[in-house]
Amino acid sequence: MNTVLRYSPPAVVLHWLIALLIFVTFPLGVYMHELPLSPDKLKLYSYHKWIGITILMLASLRVMWRVTHTPPPLPDDMVRWQRLASQAVHGLLYVLILAIPLSGWLMSSAKGFQTVWFGVLPLPDLIGKDKALGDLLAEVHEILNFTLLALVILHVGAAFKHHFFERQPFMQRMGLGKEER
Amino acid sequence: MKLILNTLTLFAVLASPVASAVEYRTVLPAQSAIGFDYSQMGVSIKGGFKRFVAQLVFDPVKPEGARAQIDIDLASIDAGSSEADEESAGRLWFNRSVYPRAQFVSSQIRPLGNNRYEMRGTLTLKGRSRELVVPVTFSQGKTAATFDGSFILKRLDFGIGEGMWADVATVANEVQVTFRIVATGK
Ligand code: HEM
Repeated sequence: MNTVLRYSPPAVVLHWLIALLIFVTFPLGVYMHELPLSPDKLKLYSYHKWIGITILMLASLRVMWRVTHTPPPLPDDMVRWQRLASQAVHGLLYVLILAIPLSGWLMSSAKGFQTVWFGVLPLPDLIGKDKALGDLLAEVHEILNFTLLALVILHVGAAFKHHFFERQPFMQRMGLGKEER
Repeated sequence: MKLILNTLTLFAVLASPVASAVEYRTVLPAQSAIGFDYSQMGVSIKGGFKRFVAQLVFDPVKPEGARAQIDIDLASIDAGSSEADEESAGRLWFNRSVYPRAQFVSSQIRPLGNNRYEMRGTLTLKGRSRELVVPVTFSQGKTAATFDGSFILKRLDFGIGEGMWADVATVANEVQVTFRIVATGK
């Protein structure tokens, strides 16, 4: 059987947009955090927050789409533990792409720095200024991020393994194009 | 009857606070505050100074004779975050080891009517002195009076934020300063 099953185009586009933005904002987060205070640091913090909120918006769309659309089935010959593992990792990834930007937003509110998306759209501060809570949320943001990093490595590793070593057309699942037979 | 009414009116006038001509001169520090609001990357950040000494003499009947002086301990700053508090002490900002205090001394107070006044004076900050014109609103309470004022300070006029920090796209030049001084007549 040689059928290529694909995710629907909106799911594919959202997947790659979110992936691209995470690849930009994750290293940006690590880098800016280490810098001594300067105007450049303040700029990078704002850019990080703006991109992060963009991810939150796209991730909300992505999750709504996923909840209302069935993804293409996994290959019939895939073993049970791999099915379960893939479901678990995908579920956690969805949670993290929402929870990470949310924790960032809450952290910024608690630290007393409102987020104004691209300098245009002011987001409400969901919690009041509270230094201890801000520091705690910074820890939460960091831990969630390094969990994301580990899961992304697993996720990409698994996709590569199926695609290149087991020679299943796995990468096409998240690609645009016609269904091939 | 007319006499009684007149007497009552007279009492009312004598008992009214304006007629009693209190001279306010004792500042209540716990109820007074100096705050500021500045924009960083387009986002408003609030701060203030916790320690300052305000001296004032003000008689609403003779506002021309009023005087005010405020000395601010710059080390008591809350610039919005501990990182900013530390940064503000440095040479590029307040250069606090050389200039630990800011001082305002009034030169003239002019009534604008409706309990509003225009206060002129000199602000000295980081070794630089500049003339300021500050609108002040006076409100009389039962035991104390409140003086509220707010004005825009251009930080670069005083060299606050030099070098890389002179970039006003990141930290705006305009800082909204707000104060409330509460004083009694005792
Ligand atoms: C999916 C989106 C996001 C990703 C992948 C992400 C990633 C990161 C990473 C990797 C760090 C460095 C952590 C560390 O080394 O301590 C970081 C720091 C930070 N992030 Fe995010 N972030 C995202 C969204 C957001 C959002 C939406 C905001 C705020 C609105 C935000 C605010 C911050 C702040 C303020 C820091 C610095 C924390 C500190 O200095 O202690 N992030 N982020």
